[in-house]
Amino acid sequence: MYDPTTTVKDDRGQHVSSRRALRAKRWTSEPWITRIGLSVLPWFVLIGLWYALRYSGLVKPALVPTPTDVFATFWRLLTQKGLAYDAFVSSARVVAGLAAGIALAVPVGFMLGWYRSLGRFLDPLVNFFRALPPIALIPLVIVYFGIGETAKIVILFYAAFFSGVIVMYEGIAQISPLYVRVARTLGATDAEIFQRVIVPLSLPHVLTALRVALGVTWATLVAAELVAAQRGLGAVIQNASNYFQISTIYAGIACIGIIALGMDTILRALSSRMVSWQDRITR
Amino acid sequence: MNARRRLVFDDVTHAYHDGNRTVSVLEAFSLEIHDGEFVSVIGPSGCGKTTLLNIVAGFVSPQSGHVTLDGAAIGAPGSDRGMVFQDYGVFPWLSARENIAFGLRLRANRRTPAEIAAICDHYLEIMGLAEFADAFPRSLSGGMRQRLALARSYAVQPRFLLMDEPFGALDAQTRSAMQNVLLQLQAEDAKTVLFVTHSVEEALYLSTRVVAVSARPTRVRRVIDVPFAYPRTDALRRAPEFQELVAELSDLVMQEYAAQQRQFSSIEQS
Repeated sequence: MYDPTTTVKDDRGQHVSSRRALRAKRWTSEPWITRIGLSVLPWFVLIGLWYALRYSGLVKPALVPTPTDVFATFWRLLTQKGLAYDAFVSSARVVAGLAAGIALAVPVGFMLGWYRSLGRFLDPLVNFFRALPPIALIPLVIVYFGIGETAKIVILFYAAFFSGVIVMYEGIAQISPLYVRVARTLGATDAEIFQRVIVPLSLPHVLTALRVALGVTWATLVAAELVAAQRGLGAVIQNASNYFQISTIYAGIACIGIIALGMDTILRALSSRMVSWQDRITR
Repeated sequence: MNARRRLVFDDVTHAYHDGNRTVSVLEAFSLEIHDGEFVSVIGPSGCGKTTLLNIVAGFVSPQSGHVTLDGAAIGAPGSDRGMVFQDYGVFPWLSARENIAFGLRLRANRRTPAEIAAICDHYLEIMGLAEFADAFPRSLSGGMRQRLALARSYAVQPRFLLMDEPFGALDAQTRSAMQNVLLQLQAEDAKTVLFVTHSVEEALYLSTRVVAVSARPTRVRRVIDVPFAYPRTDALRRAPEFQELVAELSDLVMQEYAAQQRQFSSIEQS
């Protein structure tokens, strides 16, 4: 009366919880030096290719700065030109737009996914607005909200809401009704079903919606700042473009990439902690 | 049999609409289940067996006829009627222990934390899941998941248990092992059970009574009081009188299966 299982046991034959087991497995199969090496190596390859292209004679040296130039510019901007403040302004806009957009996308996406007829009714509208690139709305938003902070947050809110709502909606619509039935036959009330079944099942979709919306929001932010902003990374790039400061453009782009990657890494770590029960974290 | 009547189906008829077609699922279906009985319903797949369970669970109301449990009409789903599903339905976000505790933590079941811990320990132990108490379902095999689902249902002490082909998704060896687990659970804490399966052998091995039903619309074709005493063991499966009964009942089920197939092909042609 014992069937084979895929569960991991430690060397004393004790069962270890799956998350710890996975971590242990990763550590034993890959020493830390390999792990760090693997996450750093692609960057060396990228920089190597960059140097190779720069010195290959295929491009005009004036148009492609070397990585060292870009790093020197980056350092100068950071220490003398307040690049950190621009990065902060941009990040703050992203976080505000994302927070507001997701705060609305979660309940709305939930309603659309849970009440199928409501979802079917509103599906075409949601898809219409989602298909509109938020950047296309910038002129309209400037008319209604001016060029201040509000205008930028409104555009980012729009971007975050529509990219998040669709992920949430489709995720919730896929939830198996079996779990709700099981809970009912165990005596759960509607409130208990919501709290103990629907919330845990929705959480992975909330986190996925957050990650998808984060990417879209960053992309939109830079576009918004390119059009109308005094500070922020998009403005840094736009100003540099006006004065043909190519290494500043590169430094600004790299800065956006690093911050977006950092935020995504944080969200990914958060979701693998919170929904470790899932077979595979949705990417 | 003088035992108290528990579940009564009285002249139950039910149909559902599929597009513009009306499919009659149950027709004048009557059955009584007494206290302590383990009744299996066998019949071709696609007949109204699952509808019977859904009616008792409170998910479906029959269009005509009466269904009563302990003399009262069936109400909304609740913990007095436990249900075990073919797809286990173990909650993937909860550990094995928390799956068993799920029902006990609900307000309807009024348990103290100490009681919950004791009940969980008990079922983890008898289900052979003690060393997997903190494991999530994704790392458990199909058989272990179904043991967990059984434990979760027994833990809330339902007055009546419904099982919808609970072992249908398991391989043959695990399936036999699970039948023994269920007999063991019943020996410890006998529930009145309505069990749906399409395995004749499973029905005869587990039940006090087997009800063979017809192709759709479902009617009772034959009722067999299973003559073998409990405790039953694997030796019974090999006994000639057991195998004779399996063969006899299988013929009947095959006839109904053929009738059901004819129905399906006539639907396709129409």
